[in-house]
Amino acid sequence: MKPAYTRRKFLKDSGGLTVAFTLFGGCGLSAEQLESRPSELPRSLARNPNVNAWLQVLADGQIHIFTGKIELGQGISTAVAQVAAEELNTDPNMITVHIAETGVTPNEGYTAGSGSIINSAMSVRYAAAHARFLLLDRVAKKLKVEASSLAMKAGTVITPDRKQLTFKEILNGDQLTDEVPASVKLKPKEDYQWVGKPVTRPDISRMVRGESYFIQDLRFPGMLHARVIRPPAYRATLQGFNEEALRAKVAGIVKVVRNGSFLGVITENEYQAEQAQRVLRGNVKWSVTKDLPEDQPLAEYLKTLPANSQQVQEANFRANGNTVKAQYFKPYIMHGSIGPSCAIAHYREGELQIWSHSQGVYPLREALPNVVGLPIDKIHIKGVPGSGCYGHNGADDAATDAALLALAYPGVHIRVQWSREEEHGWEPLGSAMAIDVQANLDASGKIAEWYTELWSDSHSTRPGGDPGNLMPAHYVENPHPRTSYGYSGGGYRNADPYYTIPQLKIDAHFFEGPLRVSSLRSLGAYANIFAIESFMDELAEQAGTQPLAFRLNHSDDPRAVAVMKKLDDITKNVSLVDQEGIGYSFSRYKNSAAYCAVAAQVSVDVSSGEISLLHLWGVIDAGEVINPDGLKNQTEGGMIQSASWTLTEEVLFNAQHIISLNWDSYPILRFRDVPQVDVVVLDHPNEPALGGGEAAQAPTSAAIANAVFRASGKRIRELPITAEKIRG
Amino acid sequence: MKEKISINVNGQVQIVEADHTTPLLYVLRNQLELNGPKYGCGLEQCGACLVLLDGQASPSCRIPVSSVADKEIITLKGLIQEDGSLHPVQRAFEQEQTPQCGYCLNGMIIAAVALLEENAQPDDDIVRERMQPVLCRCGTHARVVRAVRTAAQTMNP
Repeated sequence: MKPAYTRRKFLKDSGGLTVAFTLFGGCGLSAEQLESRPSELPRSLARNPNVNAWLQVLADGQIHIFTGKIELGQGISTAVAQVAAEELNTDPNMITVHIAETGVTPNEGYTAGSGSIINSAMSVRYAAAHARFLLLDRVAKKLKVEASSLAMKAGTVITPDRKQLTFKEILNGDQLTDEVPASVKLKPKEDYQWVGKPVTRPDISRMVRGESYFIQDLRFPGMLHARVIRPPAYRATLQGFNEEALRAKVAGIVKVVRNGSFLGVITENEYQAEQAQRVLRGNVKWSVTKDLPEDQPLAEYLKTLPANSQQVQEANFRANGNTVKAQYFKPYIMHGSIGPSCAIAHYREGELQIWSHSQGVYPLREALPNVVGLPIDKIHIKGVPGSGCYGHNGADDAATDAALLALAYPGVHIRVQWSREEEHGWEPLGSAMAIDVQANLDASGKIAEWYTELWSDSHSTRPGGDPGNLMPAHYVENPHPRTSYGYSGGGYRNADPYYTIPQLKIDAHFFEGPLRVSSLRSLGAYANIFAIESFMDELAEQAGTQPLAFRLNHSDDPRAVAVMKKLDDITKNVSLVDQEGIGYSFSRYKNSAAYCAVAAQVSVDVSSGEISLLHLWGVIDAGEVINPDGLKNQTEGGMIQSASWTLTEEVLFNAQHIISLNWDSYPILRFRDVPQVDVVVLDHPNEPALGGGEAAQAPTSAAIANAVFRASGKRIRELPITAEKIRG
Repeated sequence: MKEKISINVNGQVQIVEADHTTPLLYVLRNQLELNGPKYGCGLEQCGACLVLLDGQASPSCRIPVSSVADKEIITLKGLIQEDGSLHPVQRAFEQEQTPQCGYCLNGMIIAAVALLEENAQPDDDIVRERMQPVLCRCGTHARVVRAVRTAAQTMNP
């Protein structure tokens, strides 16, 4: 029985972004937030329906594909080349991919939510298929032959008399401007040559040679270097600084830029910029508000904050003497890109050009006009790959820094490079979350009633047309304060257990927490699944059932069953020695995307508490797979990143500010602690692609927690799972 | 104060003009336009900026340029042979499609080259031990270990 589609359901499904814009209408909708018109076309294509929005043949004959997504290391530029190559029957090497750039590529909002294959690659597939039809149709009409007598191969159309016409010859300077109809005929999947195959990534060949690839590698003639002097706290006002002392100590100072409490310095070379930043930090005076909740148990503190509360699932739940109850907690964690954020900006005669590794160049552009005082059509942003992080890190803020400094010093390229301390101290974090769960089992040991209560801050404060989401804009002379978003769907992501539960009740409380937060890979799913899947093991224990069998007893989706059974197959012969344990976990990302089951094998030294993560196994079903090696790499990496979050990561702060400011005070998993990793991909070539970039984050957490319990008898419900907690 | 400093980079003597305290990294990236070594932390904690100094994998983000005047400096680009062919470690990382975002790749390759010069057939534990200084956020560690083993096999079959 499906309930009617209510506003509440809409909020649940749509995630933080859409909700934010529902609440703050009139501030410039970006493509990701717009409802697409009803259509069978992929969402991005419905909004950008012309072939030439996605595919153009350049003057040099090169086939150019345009995607509104940016390369994050997920391999999207290779995947879109693969689908285009397939429909055009042309080697992917003959195709160039142009990533997100305002005014050039389609506006596809953000590169986020595991949506790049589903939206962008599928749009390119349809557009390329229609391009094939149009190209063949042109030749057929010109030569007065049947289109079926023509073939397409290697960027040419082959005529019945075996003449090869290049796309460029056929188009003769035109582009294909027709709209792609929903009825477009796609190449039969059984004829595929490149899709579903591990096509290699051309960008990797550039990287191993040390060629220019990243935004950090861009150089322009006469480019100057800049640094920003951040306040010592989120809430701080600049009182003054000593420019004379700076100039006496550091050579090459071009300009010191003050705009309210925003302070930056432009220098001739990068070392001078670094030195100038250090000197100014030493002599600048701030008035500071020290109001962060230092030395308080964070889980309890967050539950006391004023909250916007929602009953997201209503059902009967009655606690009784046998009710199983548990409380789980996830601290603030970081994106922690290895390369701190960077941006370049150039301003001249009313035109502002920005190079940024933002995950949404269009929404960033929509947020900038009120900060830089320029109309939107005078701002142009080119996406350039940066260091990976899978979420909203400092990229958009660094772009804003560069824009403000370029405006203050026109005519020259200004390059802003964040320091390690800035990236750690100022990036928007993944929100801390608290989740309380209770359940009643029936007489047969199955779940009868379940009640979750969760507390979370927002999981999206991406730019989205709101200058208050650009951190430097909080400090300029006419500041744009940080916006409070109230309800945010990202915190609710995967809060509904993907199991058959007769009575399910969920209350969600959305607070505005002490630290700056935004989207981090998998949003609320990581903490929600940590809680659900830990609790499933606790319930299995109560029911006296094996953990995987207990999950299967509550699963009626055959694809969920299939990934769990495959996981069982590949791990059932693992032999464990003393103090070792194996733990299982499952989730279907967003309850509508990829299926992923994870097993972890750990060894726990109970006296020292030391945990060794020995092995992780993952089984993933992401529907149709475009590039199996790419999906495998994403899944392996997702499991390792999640293991790092689960075992080591926690942002610490004092009353003034974050104190986890480098890799010593915020350690992440290093080689010695990385487990052996095995991934099995269950390919479903005839099912829709589901996207796989975030599927492994969530189940890995509970698999580790469950393994630790099996190995040591210690049930750790507060992340990270550390030796100290095992001992305690 | 700027002065002329002579350094040996990728087999060529280069005269650069820089304040003698300038970190080697900035000279390599901004003056010699070498993209291999990356700025990651400036604290010698992450390995993104590794270069080979007399064959040893060493961070370049803090070491002053004036202190490496007598050393042979090799960057990622310098590993490529004159005929354009890749070093076996570069080739292995390409073949195994090791990276995701690729920002840590420089440090991984440089650390692996230094290791394999010293130990032709390291086991997984030694590989992990020697890659320990290099951080990766995308979680490609398992692939890195595999690529180093592949490179070892091609270099010393």
